[in-house]
Amino acid sequence: MQYITAFRQGDAGRHLVQQIARWGAQLADAGRTVFLMEVCGSHTMAISRYGIRGLLPRQIRLLSGPGCPVCVTDAGYIDAAIQLAEQGAIIATFGDMMRVPGTDFSLADARSRGADVRVCYAPYDAIAIARDHPEREVVFLGIGFETTMAPVVALVREIERQSVPNLSVLTAFKLVPPALHALLGDPEVRIDAFLCPAHVSAIIGALAYRPIVAQYGVPCVVCGFEPLDILLGIEQAAAMLCAGTPELVNSYSRVVRPQGNVAAQALLDAFLEPTDATWRGLGTIAQSGMRLRNAFAHFDAAVRFDLRETPGTPDPACRCGDVLKGKIAPADCPLFGGACTPLHPVGPCMVSAEGSCAAHHRYGTAEELGP
Amino acid sequence: MTDDVIKLGHGGGGLLSRQWIAEEISTRFGQSGPLREMDDGARLALSGANLVFATDSFVVSPLFFPGGDIGSLSVHGTVNDLAVCGAVPRWLSLALIIEEGFATASLRRILDSLQAAAVDCGVQVVTGDTKVVRKGQCDGMYINTAGIGEPLPGFALSPSRLQSGDAVLVSGTLGDHGMAILAARESLPKSDALQSDAAPVHRLVQAIAHLAPHVRFMRDPTRGGAAATLNEIVADQPVGIELVQGQLPFHRAALSLAEMLGIDLLHVASEGRMLLVCAPEAADEILATWRRMPEGAGAACIGEVINDPGRVLLRTDFGGRRVVDVPMGELLPRIC
Repeated sequence: MQYITAFRQGDAGRHLVQQIARWGAQLADAGRTVFLMEVCGSHTMAISRYGIRGLLPRQIRLLSGPGCPVCVTDAGYIDAAIQLAEQGAIIATFGDMMRVPGTDFSLADARSRGADVRVCYAPYDAIAIARDHPEREVVFLGIGFETTMAPVVALVREIERQSVPNLSVLTAFKLVPPALHALLGDPEVRIDAFLCPAHVSAIIGALAYRPIVAQYGVPCVVCGFEPLDILLGIEQAAAMLCAGTPELVNSYSRVVRPQGNVAAQALLDAFLEPTDATWRGLGTIAQSGMRLRNAFAHFDAAVRFDLRETPGTPDPACRCGDVLKGKIAPADCPLFGGACTPLHPVGPCMVSAEGSCAAHHRYGTAEELGP
Repeated sequence: MTDDVIKLGHGGGGLLSRQWIAEEISTRFGQSGPLREMDDGARLALSGANLVFATDSFVVSPLFFPGGDIGSLSVHGTVNDLAVCGAVPRWLSLALIIEEGFATASLRRILDSLQAAAVDCGVQVVTGDTKVVRKGQCDGMYINTAGIGEPLPGFALSPSRLQSGDAVLVSGTLGDHGMAILAARESLPKSDALQSDAAPVHRLVQAIAHLAPHVRFMRDPTRGGAAATLNEIVADQPVGIELVQGQLPFHRAALSLAEMLGIDLLHVASEGRMLLVCAPEAADEILATWRRMPEGAGAACIGEVINDPGRVLLRTDFGGRRVVDVPMGELLPRIC
């Protein structure tokens, strides 16, 4: 199968768009408008990249959720990483962390000022950097959701196995399900259905969303990142909303199993334990993060270097929190496109290509583009 | 400039580069005279003779990559800048900046490759300079070439000539060079199929010289990719461009790697391709001419000029539309 083209076929897409339009008409007859939240940043990106928002009827609205790991990383974490770099450590990081604003600087700014910050394509790259510079400390920035946790924890296991003395990990791991609970528990937020993340679900399994369907009566569709996956997810969510039968549907069964990746779960459980976590824009959510267990604390850069992370102070005019909760559309933020652009991002949603503000800014809003 | 130090992104060919050139170069050197056009080369008149003059610096890493090396690239880059200005490349200058300790054997290989490329392109290296800097002061070697070309008759190229309904053509797959370099530099999973497209485009220009009056504008999509180039073309113009997703030519190997890294191939550099805007009636003949040539075998019509001032849009296979943006600066792979 040719994976790149198979899930982008125009004919199949147009068929789904027609089906979605029929659900839209049914909702219109009932005088209803429904709000679907795509949880994951890669969904947001794909929705914009394929112009999907503009193909939907007015009665079906998409909200961009908090599932961009870069966007929800607190400014205080960036400050801590820059502090380590200023103390002489080599910072190894995924590429899209480079431009995330800290309180004063981003890592890209710090690098231009002489900090040694290196982009890695895979966590294991950090081992090679540490081996090449035995006289220096190397810190890998371990951020992300369940998807990225697994490879970063595999890195920790490898550091231990290979006894790499000068490599540690600064963690800011986050869990998706607690964030979904927090959103649904917020009386100001209206979400009628979730398009659940694709690759996070590959780790945690589709069944992880069953409590959400049971507790809140909100349909959950696990869907992939290709345009046909997303259109199918929207179609299935709209069908359930029209019928009033909220269920858990796994429409990404080519990757996601009901129980998830059991080996990865065991690895995470062996190395990590739940902790409270600060989400940029959302604040602190209880038990929504993961940290290294005490037995592995010597691989934790925060412990090794006795770091005190202080939460960042966001620009008060920045409404990223409301964007992440789906309360407002990116263009409704007073800073959008003016003080805050991808070149000079104020808030995190403008930073990563996956961020909802960046996606709207890059690819235009449906209203702007027309049919 | 709002930044008080130079960042890598200032050289990336995206928004940061544009801003830097507009604020620091144009203000000083581009207020009047040929630089004001901000084209790939300058059109100059000298005692009745017309010339096109262009320069480019080459800092590619690694120096040898699948499909080329810094030597051939430093000829092709400047030759292509001259060619897309509608000129026949004639003379090149060659300036080498070499790091102390550089292997002579590698230097010979690079110069051999440079010589072969110059012969292939019909240009003579007529002046040059060599500097050696201390170890650590440059990354192996850098090359600058400047070139002089002779304008072909009939071309009157300017973005201001774009009209709604004009065809937008490309001479082959987009982004192969950038992806091949990235794969070679970062030791990413390699595929033999992934090769740089680095090549001269002057023959493509000469082959359509008889259609010159129909050609509105030409540009080679290097740094920043087709997205940056097309946005530059329509910036401040009363028209825009709409691309058709299904018609964009991409090499499968480049596309696979780009998808894996979350990089949009429209943002990735080519070094042997041409974008051309022409009157719609000339499009088929240009495409047919190009497709008969090895360097134009993958030529395609990728879109048209539309009445949407200053914007580049893309129509997706599902009928959706989106903006094709200018990349920021560096290409940063996404986390997941």
